[in-house]
Amino acid sequence: MTISADLAMDVLQPSTLDEALEMRRDLPDAVVICGGTDLMVAMNFGRLRPAAMMDISRVDEMKQWRQEDGSIFLGAGVTYSRIMRELGTFASLAQASRTVGSPQIRNRGTVGGNLGTSSPAGDALPVLAAYEAEIVLVSGRGERALPWDRFLVGPKRNALEPDELILGARWDISRGPESFSKIGTRNAMVIAVANLCLVVDEPARSVRVALGSVGPTIIRAREAEAAATEVFPWDDPSAPIAEAATEGFAQLVARAARPIDDVRGSQAYRSHACRVLARRALSWALEEHRMDGGS
Amino acid sequence: MLFRANVNGTWREADIWAGVSLLSALRDDLGLPGSKNACEQGECGSCSVWLDGVLVCACLVLAMQASGREVRTVESLSVEDRLHPVQDAFVEAGAVQCGFCTPGLIVAVTDLLEQEPHPSEPAVREALSGNLCRCTGYAKILDAVRLAEERLESAG
Repeated sequence: MTISADLAMDVLQPSTLDEALEMRRDLPDAVVICGGTDLMVAMNFGRLRPAAMMDISRVDEMKQWRQEDGSIFLGAGVTYSRIMRELGTFASLAQASRTVGSPQIRNRGTVGGNLGTSSPAGDALPVLAAYEAEIVLVSGRGERALPWDRFLVGPKRNALEPDELILGARWDISRGPESFSKIGTRNAMVIAVANLCLVVDEPARSVRVALGSVGPTIIRAREAEAAATEVFPWDDPSAPIAEAATEGFAQLVARAARPIDDVRGSQAYRSHACRVLARRALSWALEEHRMDGGS
Repeated sequence: MLFRANVNGTWREADIWAGVSLLSALRDDLGLPGSKNACEQGECGSCSVWLDGVLVCACLVLAMQASGREVRTVESLSVEDRLHPVQDAFVEAGAVQCGFCTPGLIVAVTDLLEQEPHPSEPAVREALSGNLCRCTGYAKILDAVRLAEERLESAG
């Protein structure tokens, strides 16, 4: 590694949200860093040489989560380790968090980072999509919330304005089985070849399925959701689902994926992985639904 | 930029380029080469340190983020010429071959045993999943964890 020490660079270190927003307005080109697990790789390899970085890891307002009226707000600066410890009731979010990197990475990485990077492989993103989360953005002009799919607009592209910061994500708290699963070459330190989040919303009687790492951005398998919602044994939790219906659901999930061939996996393998993950996720949800008696 | 942090119990200062990692500041500016520079992308764990008591990869922390904070490195573990029980256990179990991953593993194992004195086998494997060793095949390292566990317990 060579570093040109004469290269001028500044690090801004706001300690409050107001301060951060003022700096953001005045210096919109400053690269915002929190956990650093994505950005420092680019810095270390000389791929990123900003004139300034803004370190928001000292802004307490971004490191909080709170239950609001029937919903939950998760601050962009909450780390994956904290999610695992403090937010275990959101099973798929906690499961997804546990698959991120390693303990060292999870101690630094944040959901805000997944959102900011907007990689289709961000492990928390399919969960936010299946939760129908909205992304809360803030600037000196005020706050606005965008549905997740209007925030994540493409591979590594999002709708953040130059003067805005990602404040966090908010979603309605529901009830029902949910799971996150991921395919990769190891159980740790791996970028997903494919991942899937399935959420059964018992009160709304709907099933939601989101896929990651198998398209330009996160994909909701809408046709598969409709099929699963139709066959799910809402009234009789112990009733089995016909094998043909399970396989039909899995195939619809695989068909919703738009994978590419890359170093992590081929298109064909990824589609197959989606089918397998879909079958597993549905069977886990049915089992949990049966155990809970559909309550 | 002026970097000033409490490193292993002492406030240290250095004039650093604002874009360097904490790892670079420790090794190149503060003369603490114990944390190893291997992958510089958080894959290998060789640079594991504690930042405000939390286990992190020093290569993924912008040095200025650690300014004003508390950093603890592998150099903090031995007292004069007496090794820390985890270090002793690595030597005794033969968990060291080329040695490059060792400081990071020592820090990660110490962190684990400080939080969980008697971890289950899967917990050990998960806790060390961010530390790569290309020599030992990990069996000796896992032996060292158990040895360290016993040593720390008898040391009270």
